Amino acid sequence: MVKLPIYMDNHSTTRVDPRVVEKMLPYFTDEFGNAASRSHPFGWHAEEAVEKAREQVASLIGANGKEIVFTSGATESDNLAIKGVASFYKEKGKHIITTRIEHKAVLDTCKRLEQEGYEVTYLETGKSGVVDVKDVEAAMRPDTILVSVMAANNEIGTVQPLEEIGRLCRQKGVLFFTDAVQAAGKIPLDVERMNIDLLALSAHKMYGPKGVGALYVRRKNPRVRISPIIDGGGHERGMRSGTLNVPAIAGFGEACRLAQEEMPEESKRILALRERLHQGLASQLEDIYLNGDPVRRLPGNLNLSFAYVEGEALIMAISDVAVSSGSACTSASLEPSYVLRALGVEEELAHTSIRFGIGRFNTEEEIDYVINLVVNKVRKLREMSPLYEMVKEGIDLKSIHWASAH
Amino acid sequence: MAYSEKVLDHYNNPRNVGSLDKNDPSVGTGVVGAPACGDVMKLQIKVGEDGVIEDARFKTFGCGSAIASSSLVTEMVKGMKVDDALKIKNVDIARELSLPPVKIHCSVLAEDAIRAALEDYRRKKSQSAENAEESLPLAVNG
Repeated sequence: MVKLPIYMDNHSTTRVDPRVVEKMLPYFTDEFGNAASRSHPFGWHAEEAVEKAREQVASLIGANGKEIVFTSGATESDNLAIKGVASFYKEKGKHIITTRIEHKAVLDTCKRLEQEGYEVTYLETGKSGVVDVKDVEAAMRPDTILVSVMAANNEIGTVQPLEEIGRLCRQKGVLFFTDAVQAAGKIPLDVERMNIDLLALSAHKMYGPKGVGALYVRRKNPRVRISPIIDGGGHERGMRSGTLNVPAIAGFGEACRLAQEEMPEESKRILALRERLHQGLASQLEDIYLNGDPVRRLPGNLNLSFAYVEGEALIMAISDVAVSSGSACTSASLEPSYVLRALGVEEELAHTSIRFGIGRFNTEEEIDYVINLVVNKVRKLREMSPLYEMVKEGIDLKSIHWASAH
Repeated sequence: MAYSEKVLDHYNNPRNVGSLDKNDPSVGTGVVGAPACGDVMKLQIKVGEDGVIEDARFKTFGCGSAIASSSLVTEMVKGMKVDDALKIKNVDIARELSLPPVKIHCSVLAEDAIRAALEDYRRKKSQSAENAEESLPLAVNG
């Protein structure tokens, strides 16, 4: 028997792995020291834990421990990377290239910089969300200081051609930052092979605790400099002041170790679950559409539009399963997902999208339960849908002049 | 978002889902909203000889609150006189369902839908009355 509710929203956050919790616990109690205290064993032990974690985080992305700056999470890492580079290199130039489908932590940071006199180019992506490296090259100018392209998208799971973009940036002498929050621990990342200069990570997307993240900052070939955005005691080699969150950092390190060790097997298992879910739904329901790229995609991501059924209504109908939607109704703005719209997904289909995020703790039984539930509820809601009725009557929905405009 | 008990009740047990024959002269049909906005409501009423709404049916593409608003409005209008049904306001629906501010537009759409259905019914009725008048002399001449 399947235990309800089922969590299938692993792009939002993940359950902390019990093995990670184990590693964290001592640092709340016996080993509670401040990692910056140099005068007693409490501090030394805390520092040891932090340095071990630093190596573990670095190892996941092929970096050196000295290149890891711990932060409060990926939003801070994104801010630090972009604002830090923009501020340090402003004499060199004030132009940044990014994409329209970045996370808001990147987009809103770029918008703030625009208010401060920087110029930002927002690249379009193809229909499946893949950035064309030729577009990156065409957008480059003599005053371009940074290219910011996410490793994998949080809504549609599309994986970007990091190696090609990295190679281009290195040739042109432009720094390359990638927000790898969704990709890290799910697909192999290597800052050397991919010529990545800065990279943002978050622990809670990979079975670690919330409230901790990291920014990789390349130390050589080239040495990357950033101006801090938080001043204080000069922690993290002056790039991020503030007492380190030792228990969370210890957990983050263990989460990275586990991800690295188990990735080959885990990604295969999760991909098989996703294919089972996709096939199970597609074989029983007509008019469902995959959003994003069918191949260049995170193993655990399935983003589908269920035509004629509004996303929030479907979420309500499958309330035993935690998923999310690109429907406007799940946001306060009444606008459907900006990512789907940037891909050119029609608004009516964007309203019907559901994102399934499959993770480490999902089982085949859960997938089968979700297939049955979704098929039943979609059928029920379609019976209730005037659009489905019209289509069944042979009416082309596009031929109708719809009166209301939002 | 947390839903009120009444929204959940109407959503989980929607009243009067379905369609009436839109070609029936005693049936008024209103379709409002747009797929691109994420809401389309189809509301139908069947009016008796005495001007009382005998039956109402809906189909809705939209969120839970939109479905609940349409379900509620079909319940409200049954047994009402056409003139009284025209007086239904979105605030009545929003209050009854305890809709939060971001969902008020769902109740507005339900009000629009019932109005559109009533107007359609009236238009059909006046047309059939005109047709009856026009056809009468023809019949005499013929």
